[in-house]
Amino acid sequence: MSKLSYFGETHRLLRDTVSRFVEREVLPHIDDWEEAESFPRELYLKAGAAGLLGIGYPEALGGSEGDIFQKLVFTEEIMRAGSGGLTAGLGSLDIALPPIVHFGSDELKQRVVPAVLRGEKIAALAITEPNAGSDVAGIQTRAVKEGDFYRVNGAKTFITSGCRADFYTVAVRTGDKGYGGVSLLMIEKDTPGFTVSKKLKKMGWWASDTAELSFQDCMVPVENLIGVENQGFVAIMNNFQNERLSLALMANGTSQLALEACLEYVQDRKAFGKPLSGFQVTRHKLADMATQLEASKEFTYRVAAKMDNGESVIKEVSMAKNFATDVSDKLTYEAVQLFGGMGYMRESLVERLYRDNRILSIGGGTREIMNEIISKQLGF
Amino acid sequence: MKILVAVKRVIDYNVKARVKADNSDVDLTNVKMAINPFCEIAVEEAVRLKEKGVASEIVAVSIGPKACQEQIRTALALGADRGIQIETEASPNSLSVAKLLKAVVDEEKPDLVLLGKQSIDSDNNQTGQMLAALAGYPQGTFASEVNVEDGSAKVTREIDGGLQTVELKLPAIVTTDLRLNEPRYASLPNIMKAKRKPLAVKTPAELGVEISSTLTTVKVEPPAERQGGIKVGSVEELVEKLKNEAKVI
Repeated sequence: MSKLSYFGETHRLLRDTVSRFVEREVLPHIDDWEEAESFPRELYLKAGAAGLLGIGYPEALGGSEGDIFQKLVFTEEIMRAGSGGLTAGLGSLDIALPPIVHFGSDELKQRVVPAVLRGEKIAALAITEPNAGSDVAGIQTRAVKEGDFYRVNGAKTFITSGCRADFYTVAVRTGDKGYGGVSLLMIEKDTPGFTVSKKLKKMGWWASDTAELSFQDCMVPVENLIGVENQGFVAIMNNFQNERLSLALMANGTSQLALEACLEYVQDRKAFGKPLSGFQVTRHKLADMATQLEASKEFTYRVAAKMDNGESVIKEVSMAKNFATDVSDKLTYEAVQLFGGMGYMRESLVERLYRDNRILSIGGGTREIMNEIISKQLGF
Repeated sequence: MKILVAVKRVIDYNVKARVKADNSDVDLTNVKMAINPFCEIAVEEAVRLKEKGVASEIVAVSIGPKACQEQIRTALALGADRGIQIETEASPNSLSVAKLLKAVVDEEKPDLVLLGKQSIDSDNNQTGQMLAALAGYPQGTFASEVNVEDGSAKVTREIDGGLQTVELKLPAIVTTDLRLNEPRYASLPNIMKAKRKPLAVKTPAELGVEISSTLTTVKVEPPAERQGGIKVGSVEELVEKLKNEAKVI
């Protein structure tokens, strides 16, 4: 490994493991799973057994510790299955568990985390509501303390793994208006008053299930409070750093696959008597695409290295997400264009990449919210 | 009981191999390399024997340049206990490999040597058999099942007519076929542990073996590109075309 590389021997071996997992367990089925708009629950168990879900989590909770670049290797390789939905669905634990791991009681941690890391249970994060998305401080789902329970009323939407999760990390309002009145509750499937009201149909990410959740006088035990009452906002914001890095990686992964598909296609596809690669306009387009992706990857790695070093990267990770999704917007568009009519067909990977990509500059904070964060850090 | 497993560094089975422009060899520049799949099956079998309490130590050995330490580390991450690299820049033929392994067998005195039946790059299917002859050990090749008990190994072999079971008195040589097992994934904790496992480096000279080359590669060519097929309307037409166009019947 080069001295300049962020990756060492451990990362190489881990990359081999994840890439084998994708080759054996995912690639033979992914087209069917996309069309079926779901993947088998068994895949969580297989990933858990291979130790893939525990990367980055404490050993005491069944994880395998590990640095940010190990997690990054996992995301990069899972993305090579060519399905953002699969990455999001299999990875929903990574947005649901961190608040519990960092702020939850020992009892709560032991009850939730090990079973999820083994792949036996599924975890989901529920923050967005029909009337509050990026504006997290504006959530309305209410939790009123009554003795040993919180009475929860409200609705959540666009929840990844929302249909079949067992544990939900839910943002609720326990206090006054604004960010100072937000708490996080762990709500279990089958709690009376909690129902999955709808499985949502989406533009992309077909393989992941996305749900609308409803809480009607849902009684949640007080011991399910994650951390301190009315201090959930900070936990949610901390959580966003990792999610944004992961979305930047997904964007780069999408770009990588789009570029690779183009590089192969332009050598095979002939027009006017020569392969597309024989046209200077094609070669220059590909050179431009490759350059942008290279810059995005290096930037994202740099931000990851700073995070690994414990530095605060609120500004940089927002920039990386915007940069990576700008690049993936452009590359997926150009890839479909290069493929022509074939790029519009579902049998082409670039067709799926184009659809799957669209969410990346929306989820985990929109491009506009990222720009708000960046401009605040610039002093405005 | 000690098991010696041989692992070879080869081009990854998912990579589309390309031939160098001068036709001298397969182009390995910037190509993903991996442990030979049959060798990986051999490692897995050794690890299973250790998990059953049959084996107590697994030694993984590889022959090649420094880079082949990567494949030894993979074997260690899968569960082998220590590694030996025999460092050489030459690409030894099967007999030289077998001689080097024989020297390791003399040093290590394993009760069982597990090897892949062949490597997916050169596809010779010779090393295990040659090693058995040099060491004077019984051999069970193309194993689809291995049972070790009371100083002997029962090996079910995949042969043309079906399955054949042979009983070998240990120490013995076993080469693995595809259906023996499905190798596990190296998990992150095991990868971390592998980093601390010992890996010794030796040279052919230290083992008293001279790598001699009896073969020269004259030319490497890619297989002919596959042509598109045709649809035939009837069995008669098919037979006619097989006879007169394809000339295969």
